[in-house]
Formats: sequence, structure tokens, C-alpha cells
Amino acid sequence: MKKNLNVVGESVLRNDVVEKVLGTAKYIDDYKFDGMLYGFTVRSTISHGKIISINISKAKKINGVVNIFTAKDIPGKNFFPMILNDYPFLAENKVLFYGQPIALVVATNQEIAKEAAKNVFIEYEELEPVLDIHYAMKKNSPKIFGSDNILRKYIIKKGNIDQGFKEADVIVEDVFETNYQVHSYLEPNGMIAVPQPDGGITVYGTMQCPFYVHDAIANILNIYHNKIRVVQTTTGGGFGGKEDVPSLVAGHVALLAYLTKKPVKLVYTREEDFHGMSKRHPGYIEIKYGAKKNGKIVAAKVRYILDGGAFATLSPIVLWRGTVHAVGPYDIPNVLIESFAVATNKVPCGAFRGFGQPQATFANESLIDILAEKLKISPLKLRQINMLKPYSRTATNDKISNSCGFKKVLSEVIKKSKYEKILSKKNENLSTIKTGAGLAIAFYGVGLGAGGKYIDRAGAYLQIQKDGTVIISIGNTELGQGVFTVISQIASEILGAPYEFVKVLQPDTTRVPDSGPTVASRSTLMSGNAVLDAAKQVRERIDTMVLKLFNKSKGKVYSNGKEYFISTNPEKKIHYLEVIKKCFVQRINLSATGWYTGEDVSFDSETGQGKAYYSYTFSATVAIVKVNILTGVVEVKKIVSGHDIGKAINPKLCEAQIEGGVIQSLGYALTENLVLKNGIILNPSFAGYLIPTSMDIPEIIPVIVESKYSKGPFGAKGLGESPMITPSTAIANAIYNATGFRTKKLPVTPEILLELKNKK
Amino acid sequence: MSIKIQFKLNGEEKNFYVKPNMTLLELIREKAHLTGTKHGCGNGECGACTIIMNGEPVRSCLILAVEADGKEIITIEGISPQNLTELQKAFIDEGAIQCGFCTPGFIMAGEALFKKTQKPSDDEIKESLSGHLCRCTGYEPIFNAFKKVAKK
Ligand code: FES
Ligand code: FES
Repeated sequence: MKKNLNVVGESVLRNDVVEKVLGTAKYIDDYKFDGMLYGFTVRSTISHGKIISINISKAKKINGVVNIFTAKDIPGKNFFPMILNDYPFLAENKVLFYGQPIALVVATNQEIAKEAAKNVFIEYEELEPVLDIHYAMKKNSPKIFGSDNILRKYIIKKGNIDQGFKEADVIVEDVFETNYQVHSYLEPNGMIAVPQPDGGITVYGTMQCPFYVHDAIANILNIYHNKIRVVQTTTGGGFGGKEDVPSLVAGHVALLAYLTKKPVKLVYTREEDFHGMSKRHPGYIEIKYGAKKNGKIVAAKVRYILDGGAFATLSPIVLWRGTVHAVGPYDIPNVLIESFAVATNKVPCGAFRGFGQPQATFANESLIDILAEKLKISPLKLRQINMLKPYSRTATNDKISNSCGFKKVLSEVIKKSKYEKILSKKNENLSTIKTGAGLAIAFYGVGLGAGGKYIDRAGAYLQIQKDGTVIISIGNTELGQGVFTVISQIASEILGAPYEFVKVLQPDTTRVPDSGPTVASRSTLMSGNAVLDAAKQVRERIDTMVLKLFNKSKGKVYSNGKEYFISTNPEKKIHYLEVIKKCFVQRINLSATGWYTGEDVSFDSETGQGKAYYSYTFSATVAIVKVNILTGVVEVKKIVSGHDIGKAINPKLCEAQIEGGVIQSLGYALTENLVLKNGIILNPSFAGYLIPTSMDIPEIIPVIVESKYSKGPFGAKGLGESPMITPSTAIANAIYNATGFRTKKLPVTPEILLELKNKK
Repeated sequence: MSIKIQFKLNGEEKNFYVKPNMTLLELIREKAHLTGTKHGCGNGECGACTIIMNGEPVRSCLILAVEADGKEIITIEGISPQNLTELQKAFIDEGAIQCGFCTPGFIMAGEALFKKTQKPSDDEIKESLSGHLCRCTGYEPIFNAFKKVAKK
């Protein structure tokens, strides 16, 4: 009997889009509650200083203002739980960045609240701001975190680095820098808190991590977890930007609702969102490779520094992921990586798709091209010589399993892009438009890894209703990526229920146990496996019923997606609905909870050695560009981006993730340029900070390779972040191939390109 | 001070009393309680608030409510209350929706375009998409959804 899959692996249509296309889907700002008040945040207007006084008397007199609260009104603890617990909900006596929340206004409408916020007067004693990471690390700089401004540091030591460089025939080294990146999700951050009769509170909002928010509210209000309910509303994009700081927004709005005993809405303006919310860390990377004449890399040394901003939030684990992947996807015997997340008086940085890897990748994938040129080996060949394969070892000495389709990913991408042909084509000397091709490759540890292993778990609840429809609760959130669809497919496949019958409910902390955050490309794997667990339990009971209906005591039951049958009599089928009906009258429990915890992982903090992640995905991207060397304008013509993700549960959704990620990465490479002066963001709008538009879009060819992970649901690993990691560097390498200008900075704006040209 | 205005909203005559500085977006969302029109930036930079006014796609965050007086306005809710339009269907089929926050704006731009020309050229489609931001999809599927309708 051919055992094929019914719905897993099929590009079924998403099951959450009809409401979105009709405009009936409700995002947080679309909700209203009776008697609802509106909050607005009073923020610091300096980058570093002491708060001398807060004068609220004028603001309080404004008609419609209900109250104004500061740190002293917080009944619980004044920080939201996040690794180092250093970020206060409201500043107490000092401010560390422009835009830091100091007070909260609550009024009868948003306009009044906003107006009142402008009339809260804060007197400061200004202090010298620390704006530069190198200065921050100096002995004589002001200290805004601990005694050295270091939020976190790591070291990875493998083999013998000195010996490695001694053995090398060729050594290359360079310094690379990357700027901030702003998530630019279209829906700004926002929450609504509704007080409950029992003194508890329910919070609705746009978020990636309801369980983080849950903890944050318990902290600020000092109430028990069972009095708090957090519900994620339809979310207009996240990309990491709704991982950490929604805890802050939720804490604020919960405080306002708790103190006023009224529902309160707090939705950010776009400008506030730019100033206040976390960003991708600017990166500074010193990197050095030593190689033999034949191309084998024998030593790699990296010094990686992230500008963490004023508070740690997620910097420690962003840095950890970046560190583990810092020498690139290569098997190198001798490695030394030292990394630092440094505090500065600027907006705190947090999670952004790729999580510390795009910065490091820009460095290692640029340097590998530089090395190739020096060795006179093609960039492709050099990568092929050194890239990870089954059983080779990463920088942390983690053994790559045989779920590694790296070779295939690379060869498909090279073939589909005609990389080698374009790479070797000479540009006409006189032409001002130059064409070039660039390649970048990467690996990506799926899930939280050893850096977050204690929260790497997921729960699920599944129930078949009387009419055969299925409801599922999971702890991971739908942000637009399509996880509800993927989960429905997995449940449908296991249960033998038609896909159209399955619905995933809005994530709600009262429905499933803490399932960790929706980050790190972990939802398909973690929630997928939790649902698989629940669905299998229910399917077993269904199978018993089916066998009974066939008058059998044992045997294997099959499903074609709507009917069940057994191998000895495949012609005779019983419809799913009929079996469900029988189960009901026989009082069979058609519900179950599921649970999954990731495989064990480890990391030795002294040496940085260990099994950092339980599985890796592998990617390669080729970019083809046209550069106008008179204007410095780069036009990306084509991007081929390939990813080994284990198994595509829904290929079309996977392609959509690749396309979307590629375009964000393109913006990171070329146009997204946040400008700060004295720690203040000067271009906090879409008019000043340019994300790609429909005019900037190249032809994109997504490539999916399936090298199954034995523990993944149907072999799946994960995909969300991988497409954001390599395209930007592929573009930078393509620009070099086209023009001979090697950028050491991202984004490479026309101005930077022209500067490089003039230097040449 | 409130000003009385009257206009046709999704086919029905409506009266509102509005402040002179109220935007049309605010009026639609807060007073008419039609929340399908989205507030993405409030500055005319993202296109999420696009509606159709007298047949033209406009950014309702840049228009004062008083300017709507005497006009005919259609929001996403008024496009086709009973059935999905060809364009809405094409958005679903082509995978043009991820988070969906930009979707109503794109749909309104498209509906306005297809009212004017049944078979818009690629350039006309591009023109009508330009200025609408989408951070999730990479635009290609949105363009394909437009193309699909244009071909019919
Ligand atoms: S909200 Fe009107 S253009 Fe963005
Ligand atoms: S689908 Fe999310 S912004 Fe377009």
C-alpha cells in the first residue's frame, strides 16, 4: 500500500485570509470596549540624564485628562522580565535614551492624551551620552551599565588559533559594519487592557509572545498569573519587533486599566514606534581567515560587537546566536570568537528576523570572497571546499547531522541563477551600467538552542467537535507567516479530518501552557510537534472505532483525507463524519493535549563548545545586480534563494516566506538607513526610512530543499529567518563583481558607492 | 466647533458632525465604525488607509473629514458586501496576503483601477501599487493578483 500524505506537502490556501481580504479581521486598534479610555506615553527628550522633576499640573488640567502616572504609581516591580531584567517600565530617576517612557497619560480620547503628554514638563540634569560602542568600552567613558558597559560577552575557542594561523599560507582580515534595521511591520504596536471583576486583568494586543506579556503584567501589577489573561489579536507583522517590547506596552496599558478601573487602549503612532521600539543591532565585526593554498580554511578569528542600546532586553541571546554562527557555515579546525553586546545611550535593540546573524554573515561572506580572490580560487569553489556537510563540525564543535541538504541547495541555486557565467563575464569598459553576480551562504540553528533551552517547549490542545470540525489551541502566534495553516495541515493529516474542518483559535494564555516565544523559526517544529502529539492520541481512539466498525480487533487504519479504510479491504471506506458520530454516541474522548520539548542542547560558557542547536537549516543566495556607476544606484535584477528546511508542509507558504525575507534583506542591503544624531533618530517615518516598494522588486526564484530532520513534524525544521540572512551579502558581493567596489558597510547607499568609487 | 457634513458612504447617505481638524480616516474608523480601513502611518506614506472617493483612490489619513462633504466614498466594507470580488479572490489564490494589514489598501487601489480600465497594462498596475507598502509579501504575489484580474 502506498503510504502518501493527503494534505501535508500541499499548497492549500491559507485559512485566515477571507477576513483579511474583506477587512473584517480585527487588529488591536479595531477593538473598542464600553467606557474605554486612551493612554499616551510621555517620553524622554534627551539621551542621557537625571530626572530632576516631573511637572504634571498643567497637563492634568486639560479637559478630558483622567490621570497621569509615573514610576511611583507602580504597585509591583518596575521592570519587565527579560534576561537581565534591567529595562524599567517607567524611568525612575534617570533616562538612558531618547524616547524612554517616563510617564503615562490616560484620557477620554487619544488626541487629548497626546496633547496632555506634550504638557507634562520634565526637568533634567543632562549627562554626557555614550553614543559609540568603542567609546563605551573604554575605561574613561561614563558607565551606563555595570562597571564596563558590557551587557554580555561570549567566547568560543576551538582548536589552537595561533597554530592555525601559523599553518596558513594566506591570511585575510577586515572590518565590517552594519547599521540599524527597523522592522517596519505595517501595524504599529498597541494593546488594550480590560479590568476583570475579580481584580484581574485581560490584555489584548498585537504581539509575538503572549507568555512574555503574561509575565510582564504579573510583574508590574504584582498579581498572580491566574488573574491575568493575554489574548493575541490578529497581528499586522512582527519580524522580531513584537517579541520583547510588547511587554512594555502591555505593562503600561495594564497599569492604566488597573489604576483607573476602566478598559484602556494604548496604540502607538508610527513616529513613537520608530523612536521607542527595538531595532536590529548595528554590528561591528573584525574578522580574519587563514587558509592553505588549496583553499582549506584552517583558522578563523572574529571579534563581534553589537550596539545594544540603553537596556539589555534580548541582546544577550541575539549576541549568542550571532556568535555561534560568526565564522560562517564552514568546517574550520581552529577558531577564536570573542563577542560583546555593549550598552549605549540609544534605543535598545532586540530581535529582528535573523537575530544577530545577518551582521556576522555580511562579514564572513564578504571576507570569503576576498579570500577567494587572493587564493585565485572561484568563490563557489572556495565555499564548496569548506562548507559544512554531514558529520563536519561547527565552531562550537557541534556535529552536523545527516539532515543537511547544503550541497544540493548550493548547486540548485548556482544552476538556476547562472552564477558562474555572469560572474566571469567582463563588463564593457565604457558602459556606465555594470552587471555582476554575488553569492552568500549560511547555516541557521533552528529554535532557541542552548541559549534558551529552558523555555524551549510547546503545548497544544485539540478537540474534535460534534459535527466533526476541529479546534486547536497553540501557544505560538500567527503573525502573517501562515503558522495557523501549517498547524491545520498537520492536524488534518494525522486525524484524517478534511483540512477545511480545522480551525486554529486565537492564542490565549488561558488555553495552553507557556509555550515560549514565537521566534527563531520554531513554530512549525515546536507547535507542530505538540499538535502532532495531541492529534495522534485522538487518532488512536478513532482507529479503534474504525476497526470496530470493520469488525476487526487489530490492524492498520488508513485515511484518504476524508474516509478511513483498512489494508485488507481497501475498497470499503467509512466517512470521517460517520466515525466521529459513532465516537460521540460511544462517549469516546475526542480531545487531547499535546506537548513537545526540544532535544537537549548545551554550551560551555568557558570554551563556547557544545551542541548549540538540535538542528540546522542551510541556505544559499545568488544576487544579480546592475549598478549605475555614475549615480551609484543599484538595481537588483534577480535573486535565487535556496533553503534546506527539512520538509515544506506548505510549499507555497514557504516560497512566500522566502520572497518576503529576501525583500527585507534587499532593503537592509541598499536603502534602509536609520540616521541618528546625539542618539536621536532623525528619520522616524516611512518617508525618511525607506523600505522596499513594488518598484524595487527583482525577479525572485525561491528554491526549497528537503533534507528531513528526524524529530521534526514530517521532517520539517523551520524557515522564517533563513531568507533574511544571505541576500544582503549576496547583493554586496554582486556589487563588487560588477564594479570592483568592495563595501565594508551596510546599507550600501548610492553615496557610499560613489565614495568607494572616488577612493579607487 | 463641529461642522455638519453629508456624503454617500458605501451607497448610503450619511450625516456627521465633525471637528475641522478631523481626518477622513478618523471619521471612517471612529465615527462610522468601519475598521477595515487601516491606520499604518497617518502621514500618507504607507497606503493602508486608501479608500475610493468619487472614483479615485485616496489616502484618507491625508484628507480632512470636511472635504468629504458631498462626495461619494467607498471603503473596503462597501466594495462587495455579499461576495468576494475577482480581485479579492485573486489575492487569496495568489497568496498575496500574509499579515493582511496592507491588504484593504491594496484592494481599494485595485478596485479603483479596474473600475477605470478593465485591462490595465503592467505599467498601470505598477503605478497603482506604487506608494503602497507591504512588509511581508515582497509585492510579487500582489502584482500577480492584479495581473490575474487584468487578464480576465
Ligand atoms: S495611514 Fe494613510 S498612508 Fe499610511
Ligand atoms: S501582508 Fe503584511 S504588510 Fe502586507
